[in-house]
Order: sequence, then C-alpha cells, then structure tokens
Amino acid sequence: MVKLGFSIGDLQFKNPVLTASGTFGYGSEYDDFMEVSRLGGIIVKGTTLEPREGNSYPRMAETPSGMLNAVGLQNKGIDYFEKQIYPRISTYNTNVIVNINGSYIDDYVALAEKINELEKIPAIELNISCPNVRMGGMAFGTNLNSAREVTKAVRNVYSKKLIVKLSPNVTNIVEFALAVEEEGADSISLINTLLGMSVDIRKMKPALSTITGGLSGPAIKPVAVRMVWQVAKAVKIPVIGIGGIMNTEDALEFLLAGASAIQVGTASFIDPQASLKILEGIEKFLIVRGFSDIKEIVGHINK
Amino acid sequence: MAKRIESLKILENKHLNNEYFTLELSGNDTIPEMKPGQFAQVKVEGSPETFLRRPISIHDLNREKNSLKLLIQVAGKGTETLSRLKAGEYLNIIYPLGNSFSLPQKGQKPLLAGGGCGIAPLLFMARYLNDHGLKPDILLGFRNMDRIIEYEEYNELGEVFLATEDGSMGEKGLLTDHPVLKSVHYDMVYCCGPDPMMKAVASYCIERQITCEVSLENLMGCGIGACLCCVVDTVRGNLCTCTDGPVFNIKELKW
Repeated sequence: MVKLGFSIGDLQFKNPVLTASGTFGYGSEYDDFMEVSRLGGIIVKGTTLEPREGNSYPRMAETPSGMLNAVGLQNKGIDYFEKQIYPRISTYNTNVIVNINGSYIDDYVALAEKINELEKIPAIELNISCPNVRMGGMAFGTNLNSAREVTKAVRNVYSKKLIVKLSPNVTNIVEFALAVEEEGADSISLINTLLGMSVDIRKMKPALSTITGGLSGPAIKPVAVRMVWQVAKAVKIPVIGIGGIMNTEDALEFLLAGASAIQVGTASFIDPQASLKILEGIEKFLIVRGFSDIKEIVGHINK
Repeated sequence: MAKRIESLKILENKHLNNEYFTLELSGNDTIPEMKPGQFAQVKVEGSPETFLRRPISIHDLNREKNSLKLLIQVAGKGTETLSRLKAGEYLNIIYPLGNSFSLPQKGQKPLLAGGGCGIAPLLFMARYLNDHGLKPDILLGFRNMDRIIEYEEYNELGEVFLATEDGSMGEKGLLTDHPVLKSVHYDMVYCCGPDPMMKAVASYCIERQITCEVSLENLMGCGIGACLCCVVDTVRGNLCTCTDGPVFNIKELKW
C-alpha cells in the first residue's frame, strides 16, 4: 500500500490530486463521470461577496495547446453559496476548499469571516491572481505590498488553513511567495493563468470581449513547473502545483520539482475523468518505481 | 439523463458535399435516451491546435441500429480533422448534453426553420414530432442549390420549403423571405442557424406572437456547466448555453 497523503499543517489530504477553481464547478457537474470524493480535494468556483455576472461573451478562445478565458468570476455570491451549495457539497467525503476573490481587502476579509463559520470548509484559497476582473484580482497578486496586506488581513480573521494562489504575471515569483508565507499563509498554490491575448483575423477583432484573458492548458506548463520549482525551494510551507496538467506525467513533473500536491484544471474540460486518471497514474508510478510514500518523490530533482 | 463519456465506433462517414458530412456512430452499450436539441462534445485527436472538444448537435437517432448521427460542417482545423475519420475508427464523445426542444401542444402547427449547419438538430426534431403524431413544415435556407443537403431525409418527415440566396432552387432570397411564412399560420417555431437568421426568425415570431425556440451555437469550453465560458445574456442573467440551453425560448434572450 503506497502512502499518497499530504498535509497542510494538521489538515490531512488523502491524496495529492485536487481540482482547480473555475474548472470543476461545485463538483456536482462531474458526478456523472466520477466519484468526486476519491479526490484529495476540490477547490470550488471563485466566490465573491456579491453576485457577479462576469464578462460579456465571447469569454473563451482556443489557442494552441491551451485556451484563453475571461469569465470574470461569474458566481452567485457567498450568501447563495452558503444557503444553496454548501449543504450539498459538504456531503463530499473530501476536502472542499473555497476560492475567494474581491475588489477590496475588506471584501476578502468579509468573505473569510463568513467561510470561517462553515464547519465543513477546512481551508480557503485566496485568489489574488484573477486576470479577468477590472478591480482587485490580479492587482493584489502583482504588487508585493498589496499581496502582503491582503494575506495579513485575511490571516487575522481566518483561523483555518489559508492557501494563497499566486499570479505568474510577475517578474520575481519567489518574492511574492516569501511575502505571503511571512504574512501567515499555510500553503501556496501556483500558477493562476498567464495574461494573454488572441485576435480573430476573420472578424479583425480581439477574440475576447475583454481583449485580454487568462491562458491555461499545456501551453503554460513549463512556466508553471519552473515557478513551482523556484518557490518550493524558497518556502517552508507546502506548495500546490497548477498549470497545464493533462496527465500523470505532467503531474509527476510538478511533484518532482517540489510540489506537495497538484491541481488539475483545464484538463477536466477535455476529459472529465482526467483528475482520477492522474491519481491512479501517480499511484502506479510509485509502485512501479518502488516508492512507498509520495513524499519520497516530492522535490526529488533537488536531492 | 446521466451524461456519459464514451468512444463510439464510426459506422459511416458520409460526405454530403465538400462542406458537410455526417458521422454515424454506434457503441456496444445501448445509446442512452436523448431528445432533439441535445448535443455531444466531440474530441478531436491528434493536434495541439484543436485542444478543446467540439459541441455538435445530435442530428438523428436510429434505435434499431443503436446508432446516432452527427452532421458536421467543415469550419476549421478541428472539423477538418473529423471529416477525415473513417468507418471502423472510434470517436470519443461526451453526451447527451444540454436541454431539448419542447413539444408543441395538441393540434398546434409546428415549423422547423434551419439554415446551413443549423439544420442539424432539426432532423431529429422532425422525427420526434412524427413519433408524437405531428407533421411539421420544414423551412430550410441555403446559399445555393449545390449546398442543399439531406432534402430527401427531411421530406419524409414533413413538408419541406426551400429558400436559396441565388434562387437556384426553391424561392430566391433568405429563409425569412419565403412566402410560406405569410400564407401559413404556425403556432410554434423551432429554429437553428446563423445568428442573423435566428434573430430574423425571432422578430417574425415576436410580431405574430408565435412561440419560438432557438438552438444556440456559442463557443464552449467544457459543455457540462463547469467553465462558464459559453454564456448568453438572458432576462435571468448570464446563462450557460451548454446546460441551461442550447435551446432557449426567444422571450428569455436579450437580443
């Protein structure tokens, strides 16, 4: 029996495969295709204090080995989440984590306070890296002082596990990782989407209504692996790798580079069972290569 | 209706002209219950440029053969790749997805109006109406006679009226110019096609207070309501074309 679990402080995850916010809805979208509870955790759709309609269509463009999106955090707000969604998803036998977003620090604080009261939510993922909102979002994650302030403010009111999701749209990712670690983050997840753009040459217009959007998919994987490697070497808290993970091999790259766990994102759009296949693949790899605990391979390339 | 992910065997790839083809698919398991308007998310293998699945309407269903058909227009690299698939090969699809057209009430006269690739869900709908004892009128619009596809198939299921932009067959002009729209009173219109065509049909229906359902073809990411990329602006806010649609009553849309 191979040990697959990892932990953030005293919060245990039964395995290192989670699903990325914004790509897995609230889990139930995938119930027909897999047993969601087998995953190490799910990070649900980005949630804000007030309901948001998001950006206008078109919000998506296919690009080589990836896609651009500009959804803009469409969601029904925290109160709807608490009343309508929370009762349903808290029955999953896995860690359900809420990704939170705001335009102002006070929004993040108010959200964190509310979620702190939800017994079955053991952690939040602080999203300071959404590139598709006019205010807040990535603005927090690309300014060192703002990243510090928002992390500190949320840490003050939130007593459970705090994961901070970093933006890759910065010059020195390690600075940001160290800053949020110092302000009390329990874990760091990276990377969010890379700011990108695509032009529809037939219409002679930008492909997205917002002109720019977030690039995800295998196109960003080497950038993500590099950033995870840099951050994992620099910080003491567990790092969760995200970015273009389509299969077991991709996931293993992140683990070997230093990630304690991974999130499967865009892959779930193409294969709704991708996350479970990756979990099974990781387990098989460990068995075949004679490892008894996943911890033995985390950061292996540095050994 | 539970959604499935499945690799189905291609029984036939029939090229209707240089632009359109149909794929007939079958599996070992019984094809699930499906309704007209629903669609499949089709995987395109082999190229990083065709990364996402393609949403394609269920075109027809044959219970005896346990098969379903997709009608596909070659519109880009993805559909071009699909057009080269051969009988005996497999196609991975997620289906059945989305909502469906509603049935008209007893005694109501339905019209199916489709242009170009938009005729895809209407064949299945015509068959479904036939199964419920209703013979629809079917109004089809094409650019010219060379583009006309599957005329015989539709003709078996209802009375077909044709419009071609150059007048090479049927009435000359756009589908919405066809005289049948003036001479016959319809109670229910089902429409699928390019946006300008659907909007023209919608305004015809609004003027005459006819119930109208349109099937939208928005760009999609996942097809299962997770990514929120395919939204349409409605009176209820942004709704997903993939799960709240693809069929919408025009009263809901902010066109």
